[in-house]
Amino acid sequence: MPKTIPVANELTKPFWDAINEKRLVLQHCDDCGKLQYPIRPKCWQCGSEHLGWREVEGKGHILETMVVHDTRVVRRKGDVPFNVSVVSLDEDPTINFLANLPGTPAHEAPQGAAVEILYEEMEPGTFIHDWRIVS
Amino acid sequence: MGIGVNGWPRTAEDLGRWEHSGQVAITGYGVSNLDRRWDGVSMDKTYGAYAIQALQRAIEDSGISPDDIDGLMVCPDAAGDSWAADDRGTPRSYFDPPYDSEDGLTIVTTNWLIKGMEREGTPLKNLTFIDDESSSIGQLTGKAAQAVGEGKARNLLMLYGMGNVEGRYHLEEGNYSSGGRVWSAPWGWMTSAMMQHAFVFMQYCTKYGGSHDNLAPFVVNQRRNGLMTPWGYYAQHEQYQITIEDYLTQRYVAWPNGLLDSDRPVNHVAAFLFSTADRAKDMKQKPIYVLGHVQAAHPSKSTMATLEDHEQWTDSLARRLYEAAGARGPEDLDVFNPYDGFATFTQTYLEAFQWHGVKRGDAFDFYAGDIRVEGPHPFNSSGGNLGNGRTRTAMYTDIIEQLRGIAGPRQIQLRHDTGACGQVTPGGNGHIFLSVHQNL
Repeated sequence: MPKTIPVANELTKPFWDAINEKRLVLQHCDDCGKLQYPIRPKCWQCGSEHLGWREVEGKGHILETMVVHDTRVVRRKGDVPFNVSVVSLDEDPTINFLANLPGTPAHEAPQGAAVEILYEEMEPGTFIHDWRIVS
Repeated sequence: MGIGVNGWPRTAEDLGRWEHSGQVAITGYGVSNLDRRWDGVSMDKTYGAYAIQALQRAIEDSGISPDDIDGLMVCPDAAGDSWAADDRGTPRSYFDPPYDSEDGLTIVTTNWLIKGMEREGTPLKNLTFIDDESSSIGQLTGKAAQAVGEGKARNLLMLYGMGNVEGRYHLEEGNYSSGGRVWSAPWGWMTSAMMQHAFVFMQYCTKYGGSHDNLAPFVVNQRRNGLMTPWGYYAQHEQYQITIEDYLTQRYVAWPNGLLDSDRPVNHVAAFLFSTADRAKDMKQKPIYVLGHVQAAHPSKSTMATLEDHEQWTDSLARRLYEAAGARGPEDLDVFNPYDGFATFTQTYLEAFQWHGVKRGDAFDFYAGDIRVEGPHPFNSSGGNLGNGRTRTAMYTDIIEQLRGIAGPRQIQLRHDTGACGQVTPGGNGHIFLSVHQNL
């Protein structure tokens, strides 16, 4: 699946650098202890700007799954229909990610299934994260 | 000019009754002609031309002179694509003035409008308050009411429109994503509220039971109501009623969302005149008083907000709007037009406001009952966006017409003294409560 390739900025570079090393690191608030994804300048919970980074295990579960049959994202048009699942992180279920579930046919993603992170190489040395169902 | 509005937005809890409740009224409205798209040729059908048309019709409806207008408020961004390049990125030329930039074609600023109104023979010569910083009609209506309540203007014209030019809507070209889109576009998640609400809708079905099929009676009824709105898209351009079967066999865009769950972008503008209650008493139309307004702005905790978030946010919204209006609760709300930009989230508002006793998890049973305008539960009598195209204003004009008693075949048979509506999504919106009475 030819995903669009994220362009990192100063704020998000540590996250994408870790992804390129096949590690999942999230922001961690030094003040309230909350994990955070997507990456933001401040903690959504307490507003603190004292944010560090914490590596987490890439394990989660499928909350729900949509199936894209038509898309505005031109680079993905050739992929339809494809799954877009919302995956919660086991270490903190309030954190969620999007996933295409490579290997799982459209409309066949079981709600609640366990998933694990995987890393897809989009350009040489540039990776992006996705999630796949674990049996 | 450029004066701030002090008591806006009203986003906090426990603000109590709106301090200007019943002291501001809607005294006129006007809608422009409506097209699916601007054709790129007809200069009398541009977004700007329709904006002027809507303002002139609102002034005419109110019966006052343009010289009496002292406030002007618009949302410049018409939410469509720009004219600068087509949907394949090919540059397009502008035109002779006043269409020598985006202003007037795909946006409309107060500066452009003031010149246009003068050019068209209805100059607004006595403006003392001008604002073009709001982002949606949900925000705009509350801010307009607040400005009049605070004495910034005695007669304030408020304008909102949705633009649509030729080509595919909001395509995302290229191999790279940047900004906030890095967290969604790579997985094919569109910039639309469609998928966020498809996700929450699926959580709703999991929690309460039911499926996408249960939305069919609601969507079919929205089209029915829209076909009774003479200026709406379907009443003018596709004059047929859809059926349950049509809904169940529709083409999916992002399952469970299909074409019939989605509002169709149009080129259209509406304008509303807000006046002080003192001034309204002597005007041509029956005053429709603003009893309260509230706004909401909630950041998502993570990539996607959840059903739990949406229910909490809309519970707060409903509680605050009833409180702002001095209403007891749903027993004081007659006409209710919650937003339907996608069919999958309207039930979130319906259940939060508990209109006609509908509580969390009840919406599908309610939709399966009699929700026709002539029936006992005339839900969303406007037809909303699904019945009229993406105007985002039909919900407001319908309440004005229902409360004036001029809604024609859409006129509900029950008490029609109050109404409420708003825009846009549970995460970010503004809502307003209207009444023929200054106090409930």
